[in-house]
Amino acid sequence: MTTSRQQPPSRRARMNALAAVAAALVAMAGLTLPIDSALAQQQKVKIGLMLPYTGTYAALGNAITNAFKLAIEENGGKLGGRDVEYFVVDDESDPAKAPDNANKLIKRDQVDVLVGTVHSGVALAMAKIARDTNTLLIIPNAGADEITGPLCAANIFRTSFSNSQLGIAMGKVMAEQKKKTAVTITWKYAAGEESIGGFKESFEAGGGKVVKELYLPFPQVEFQPLLTEIAGLKPDVVYAFFAGGGAVKFVKDYAAAGLNKTIPLVGPGFLTDGTLEAQGDSAQGLLTTLHYGDGLNNPKNNAFRAAYIKAYKTEPDVYAVGGYDAAQLLIVGMNAVKGDTSKRAELVKAMAAAKIDSPRGSLALNVGHNPIHDIYLRKVEGKENKVVGVAVKNLTDPPKGCKL
Amino acid sequence: MKRSKIALLIALALLALFPLVGATFYTELVTKVMILAIFALSLDLLVGYTGLVSFGHAAYFGVGAYALALLAPKYEAANLWLTLGAAIGIAGLAALLVGMFVVRVKGIYFIMVTLAFAQMFYFVFHDTKFGRGSDGISMNFKPEATIGGVNLFDLGNPTHVYYLVLVALLAVFLFLRALLRSPFGRALQGIRSNEHRMRSLGYPVYRYKLASFAIAGALAGFAGYLSAMQFGFANPELLSWHQSGNVLLMLILGGIGSLYGAVIGAFAFVALQELYSYVTTHWQLLLGATIIALVIFLPGGLASVMGRFKRTLVGEPEDE
Amino acid sequence: MDFYSFLIQLLNGLQYGLLLFLVASGLTLIFGIMGIINLAHGSFYMVGAYMAFSLSVLTGNLFVAIVLGIVLSVALGVVLEWVLFSHLYKRDHLEQVLLTYGLILVFEELRSLIVGNDVHGVAVPAIFNWSIPLTETLSYPVYRLFMSAVCVLLAVALYLLIAKTRLGMMIRAGSSNREMVQSLGLNINLVYRLVFALGVALAAFAGMLAAPVSSVYPGMGTGVLIICFVVVVIGGIGSVWGALVAALLIGLADTFGKVLIPEAAGVTVYLVMAAVLLWRPEGLFRRV
Repeated sequence: MTTSRQQPPSRRARMNALAAVAAALVAMAGLTLPIDSALAQQQKVKIGLMLPYTGTYAALGNAITNAFKLAIEENGGKLGGRDVEYFVVDDESDPAKAPDNANKLIKRDQVDVLVGTVHSGVALAMAKIARDTNTLLIIPNAGADEITGPLCAANIFRTSFSNSQLGIAMGKVMAEQKKKTAVTITWKYAAGEESIGGFKESFEAGGGKVVKELYLPFPQVEFQPLLTEIAGLKPDVVYAFFAGGGAVKFVKDYAAAGLNKTIPLVGPGFLTDGTLEAQGDSAQGLLTTLHYGDGLNNPKNNAFRAAYIKAYKTEPDVYAVGGYDAAQLLIVGMNAVKGDTSKRAELVKAMAAAKIDSPRGSLALNVGHNPIHDIYLRKVEGKENKVVGVAVKNLTDPPKGCKL
Repeated sequence: MKRSKIALLIALALLALFPLVGATFYTELVTKVMILAIFALSLDLLVGYTGLVSFGHAAYFGVGAYALALLAPKYEAANLWLTLGAAIGIAGLAALLVGMFVVRVKGIYFIMVTLAFAQMFYFVFHDTKFGRGSDGISMNFKPEATIGGVNLFDLGNPTHVYYLVLVALLAVFLFLRALLRSPFGRALQGIRSNEHRMRSLGYPVYRYKLASFAIAGALAGFAGYLSAMQFGFANPELLSWHQSGNVLLMLILGGIGSLYGAVIGAFAFVALQELYSYVTTHWQLLLGATIIALVIFLPGGLASVMGRFKRTLVGEPEDE
Repeated sequence: MDFYSFLIQLLNGLQYGLLLFLVASGLTLIFGIMGIINLAHGSFYMVGAYMAFSLSVLTGNLFVAIVLGIVLSVALGVVLEWVLFSHLYKRDHLEQVLLTYGLILVFEELRSLIVGNDVHGVAVPAIFNWSIPLTETLSYPVYRLFMSAVCVLLAVALYLLIAKTRLGMMIRAGSSNREMVQSLGLNINLVYRLVFALGVALAAFAGMLAAPVSSVYPGMGTGVLIICFVVVVIGGIGSVWGALVAALLIGLADTFGKVLIPEAAGVTVYLVMAAVLLWRPEGLFRRV
């Protein structure tokens, strides 16, 4: 900063005055800005991130945020030519607080787009409020079928998966492998039930039979009694849906009970994603289905992984991909309307029709705005979920009950 | 007029005028706090005045919320008055049924069984088809406040909702104040201070406690109904023991055994939550530390600082 | 269910019950002898599990980690009693509930700050890392049998401590009449401090012992807490013997509930509690 000695006072005074006038003009423009499309172009796009940053899902919230921001950075830090401003709320994975948290972003911070979340109960509340307030919502993770089913809306999108999709994929693979009987096991909550439902549908369509569906109360992790039951039932395969700590314990308990020697265990990717370190030997050889995996060799994925590691010094995972693609989807839409968020109809139309080059492969959206993508078959080898094949190509989860 | 009464009237006036100046978000926030205040008041009857520490009060809040969510028809709006009456009735009934079990036991056992019954309700809503499962229920339409075909106000309008809740809060407050001054209410307070003495005086203590439990449950259901009405959403987490813990916190923040304390506690709780979340994502650490400090240093809560209100409340005749 | 499966499920139920007993014993001691209701007991279980994880990573040996962990948890118990819980003796139940609820929040956030939110596994020590085949498909992990054996030993040790030692006598006396014990010249404060430390250590030890078969994750404390309360309430507050019986009862109810009535499995435990309390409102057994 130059001192007054180095600049002639008069020039400095003039410059100050000019700066003051400019500032006043900008301030006035800001205060009295009409919601006029032309002027709206200059304003920043407000993105509201409602994700878990504390608690069990904190790692997922951070991964999604990091990847989302990375995609925006790669787009020059802009959306449709406009700068981006982030508003962040920690949803703590608490559905009881979800309406308040969503309202903080929508009504207090007046965001243009709401992005989130991981926990399905929270996501459902967000979806309801997004519909009531006609806010654009992109869901980068929560898999509740309903959101792109009966509760679908023109302004709601999802870039992750639906719970039943992953089950459908594994059911098909198991039927193809000529397994005749299966037992399913999961927690008694919506995500588990949807996953099992998908598996059962395609497995039985392929000629198999689910002989028993086992449930235990959420979030209990005392599996022994049910493992004993499985041993007694002697199915050809066991399909299990657990995540986080429950997944670690289940896989370990399954192996400790010796069941993995005679009855193969399969499940959606969450059984072994992010948990291999803790599961160790007990998870080796497990087959899972997910729309992402280790060793996926396509140019976009390689570039994505390199960029993510460079920016954040840690490996990205399937959750990061969901966040990355949420941003990519938004970029497509914003480019189509040249940043004019008031042109909502065209914006969502462009997003609905988008064909995205995702790290997972190709990504498109179905009528309910749920992803149509390849579901991979992965096998645990060492500390990785190696992609060993494609379970189902371009799987769309039929949007039951969606009236779009 | 006493200074305390003037202060109260000012507070009431501020509350009444708030929506006219506040932005929608803040109107909705204060509405939420007032609903929590009703919830806290309902528990205060039980804990503060009858001396029964319930750690499962969120169950009845949840029952009220779910009553609306389950009764609301899928393709049209429910009637506010009918569903409200039903929700309060159902919540009160649930509390009555549970009360028949729990009121038999005392002290630590009481705390534990109320918690256990709340967990049972939680599982019903979380696990069963009846409760629609862990993701909760959202309602397609807000209830309509019609009587005889005339639509009195619009529940889609946050300002209308605010005033409805404010009136509800006043109604519950005045109801409880009247109840506590009545012979019934005096008996409850007698039970709190010395149950044996009341029993030896011939009072059917069990019945009084049961009545208190049922009324507290019904009022909690009222609050739960309003909560579901505000956002059109009910979720099993409303019945979690964390919520039961939170409402107890509100009481200790505000001061137990004081109706004003319950209301102040609700405001203080939300204010603290907001303040601490603003400061750090690990706000629960600050909240936990605050609670510990409060218990050790200020067991009377914030309202003990305003001792006069307590006397105003209990109502020595000359205060009228 | 055939007879052989029934036997295996019986074994499952008893093993689960014994572990519950280990956690609940500390709770009932603190309840019964000191008259304090402690919601943070589940947090001590969690602390134990996380200690097992960090210390076994540090030392490479689970047994060494457990010994260290016990020492640390006794120290933690002493400090907590001295700083916080000693204030609670004359306070009513509500204040105890609230203070210990605040403590849960503090412990959870501290855990998040210090160790993070990831899920961790603890390796089963090599000597126990095998399973006994029971049927052609099912084997029983030996480590679980070891855990059950430890729990039984501990139950016996606790009984001996309380019923047969001088310290146990002081504890029992102090629980019925604190002032009298004090006026007899015994240091009741020290006794209380030791009892509290013992309670904390028992919960932490349970967490450490169970760590290889459970996983170490956020929220593991709250899951175990409520079940523990049910056990203590059914068994009778302050009765270690009651805690054992109740824990086994709950273990069996939960196990068979999951298998026989899966739709109502979540509430089985509470139904049992309601039934017991209808019959005996103060729990199955009285003090110690």
